[in-house]
Amino acid sequence: MRRLLWPAVVLALLLLVNVFTPNFFSIQVRDGHLYGTLIDILRFGAPLILVSLGMTLVIATGGIDLSVGSVVAISGALACLQISEDAGVFTAVVLALGLSLLLGAWNGFLVAGIGIQPIIATLILMVAGRGLAQLITDGQIITINSPAYKVIGGGYWLTLPFGILIVIGVLAITAFLTRQLALGMLIESVGGNAEASRLAGIRARGIIIMVYAFAALCAGVAGLMISSNVSSADGNNAGLWIELDAILAVVIGGTALSGGRFSLGGTVLGALIIQTLTTTIYSIGVPPETTLLFKALVVTAVCLIQSPSFRAKAFRRRRRAVLPGAASEERVRVTT
Amino acid sequence: MALPAPVLTMSGIGKQFPGVKALDGVDLRLLPGEVHALMGENGAGKSTLIKVLTGVYPADAGTIELDGRAVAFGTPLEAQQGGISTVYQEVNLCTNLSVAENVCIGREPRRRGRIDWKRMRARAAELLSRLELSLDVSAPLSSYSLAIQQMVAIARAIDIDARVLILDEPTSSLDADEVEQLFRVMRRLKEEGIAILFVSHFLDQIYEISDRMTILRNGRLVGEFLTRELPQVELVAKMIGQELAALERLHGEAKVFDRPLVEARGLGRQGAIEPFTLTIHEGEVVGLAGLLGSGRTEIARLLFGADHAGAGELAIGGTPASLRTPRTAMTHRIAFCSENRKTDGLIPDLTVRENIILALQATRGWTRPVPREQQDELVGRYVKALKINPPNPELLVGNLSGGNQQKVVLARWLILEPRLLILDEPTRGIDVGAKTEIQRLVVELSDGGMAVLFISAELEEVLRLSHKVGVLRDRRLVAELPNDDRLTTDVLLETIASGGASNGAAGNGAASGADDVMANGGRDS
Repeated sequence: MRRLLWPAVVLALLLLVNVFTPNFFSIQVRDGHLYGTLIDILRFGAPLILVSLGMTLVIATGGIDLSVGSVVAISGALACLQISEDAGVFTAVVLALGLSLLLGAWNGFLVAGIGIQPIIATLILMVAGRGLAQLITDGQIITINSPAYKVIGGGYWLTLPFGILIVIGVLAITAFLTRQLALGMLIESVGGNAEASRLAGIRARGIIIMVYAFAALCAGVAGLMISSNVSSADGNNAGLWIELDAILAVVIGGTALSGGRFSLGGTVLGALIIQTLTTTIYSIGVPPETTLLFKALVVTAVCLIQSPSFRAKAFRRRRRAVLPGAASEERVRVTT
Repeated sequence: MALPAPVLTMSGIGKQFPGVKALDGVDLRLLPGEVHALMGENGAGKSTLIKVLTGVYPADAGTIELDGRAVAFGTPLEAQQGGISTVYQEVNLCTNLSVAENVCIGREPRRRGRIDWKRMRARAAELLSRLELSLDVSAPLSSYSLAIQQMVAIARAIDIDARVLILDEPTSSLDADEVEQLFRVMRRLKEEGIAILFVSHFLDQIYEISDRMTILRNGRLVGEFLTRELPQVELVAKMIGQELAALERLHGEAKVFDRPLVEARGLGRQGAIEPFTLTIHEGEVVGLAGLLGSGRTEIARLLFGADHAGAGELAIGGTPASLRTPRTAMTHRIAFCSENRKTDGLIPDLTVRENIILALQATRGWTRPVPREQQDELVGRYVKALKINPPNPELLVGNLSGGNQQKVVLARWLILEPRLLILDEPTRGIDVGAKTEIQRLVVELSDGGMAVLFISAELEEVLRLSHKVGVLRDRRLVAELPNDDRLTTDVLLETIASGGASNGAAGNGAASGADDVMANGGRDS
């Protein structure tokens, strides 16, 4: 798995920065639950990992889904509204996920059925979805008090935060569908060369609708997690910009935006890198007014390290200093 | 007749790559005002020799003399400045820029640091007029055909006072008219005393345009020959290093076909192909001949459901069928290797194994993966049978050579065991060895009962393989000729050429013999 090497190196480096942060690496058991900064990274990173997993498959087909942030808000809003109106938690969850699935299928229909460019097709729901979420919450923040619902984002099971277990479950299902069954190869084929795939007899339309529905479903689960964690639904701010973090996680994980080959493991690492970075910024005490800039600089560095062509260039420059003859020969080859 | 002194002499050129001796003691000389063909199979060392000449690779051994002076170019730029220009197979131009910008890019005339547009347009127009082309030089290059774009690339190449012009496969994407236009330009440049080094897979073109040829085989020099003194069969034999019995007609006796597999009646599609009627029997090889754009590919696409038929009916195995998608055609066990394997065939991101099992997997849907052992077994069998090289199924297919990529696409369809295999230009752009292998395969498959629709621009090939030949002209199926002793490439050419004044470029003898063709047509219908 050489493709996972660089994301793993970056994650390790980011963690190493925290060597001098007290208690960063300590994991304790309190009340039968695991506690510690590393556990928190996993717990708070869980929604991003979920959204990124869905995004990975969409990007692998050569598409992109900008609407996942809005779906996060809609799903949380609908679930909280149902619970505040005394519906059962189970009903609320099923309704929220059902609506997410429907919205995803709508995206897929716009892309595969009508042929709208993915960035535009999902932009529609990105904008309209925020409005829909605010309609559901009536422009207010819905606050609920439901211990059962609280479990999804804030509960524990087998000493682990429930959110982490959900992520592990979704990851396992995704890996099974794509790598044990043939879905992954067909997705990569459609993303790699759509016309050739059609002529090879692949029904691309169904596959594309499926990946957008899956991405929205993942976003829906993430929305439940986020709203459950704070016991409230905020149509305006829940999942704001999460689509961009998710796209970044996918790219850092080594899946090309142009579609084709994808890596689920890389995406998980990418999402963890982003979450670790956020946590590290707080733990090493970067002043709040510079956090965004700091994050941007680190992300730039991460992307450069990840890029094979940048590494090739940096590597060559170093070699040129040693072996001028060999380097000039290589330069020639590039110009042809 | 005394030969003029060569412009360029390469002698004893050697080039070693890790593990491979790419060139070994190769000589090449170019005389002013001649078209010199560089011949050899893929991997014979043609590209390496050109790259050594143009300064892409340094030579390990040997000398290069230009006008009697020893030179060693370190970069392609130095070679250009020395008067050696190259036009590559894929046009290396920016189609979004204007013609003038493309001609002058990188050496725009300037005045006080700013581009002098007026002078640039005048310069471009002057260069193009040297090629007898009058174009609107401020129009975007994309508004012109591929052939014109090729000419613009040539204009760009000769702008730098070229003594030697290298044309690496310039004709592979041109149709007959366009090739003729290119040849006119080449003849004109020849008159100006420029030495042209020409690389092409099309033997007919070599014989039409070149004066002299140098043949390479496995990185070694076979020899230099005058084109008019070397018959085509001997040329091929020298290229592949053996006498080719396989070049004879592969189907000896006429067989009787009585079990129709695919019957198209009045099948057509507006703007693509006029309604045609064609029957393909089990075990029969039907060839389609015609110029580029005459409707050959369109017939194939209709029979595979890649396009919808607007009119007519189709019966498969005696029952009416409607092919709405490629998938439907596949359920009728029809397979289609498209002519453009890059855009319509391969998934470059996937491995050889994945590309081969793709169609099989598609028929099973994503929920029923082909078990890994079965994949390995199938892929291993076809990699071996088709001699796919390198025989590593886990390699990305984008890293394979053209001929091997073609075999991968073939393998994809063969594992489905189709009843009708449609091959659209399966041998284009691949070397003679791989070509013969694919031709043999077609014969074997049809002997095994598979029907094959074989489309090729090379009439000899169509003639060698087919039991009957459909001839297309101007998007219309004009004749269906049984392949017997009386059918020759000349007859085919005449059939293609007859009737249309726009088809003057079809080849030698194209303009003559319209009456003969009518006679042929009458005989067959």
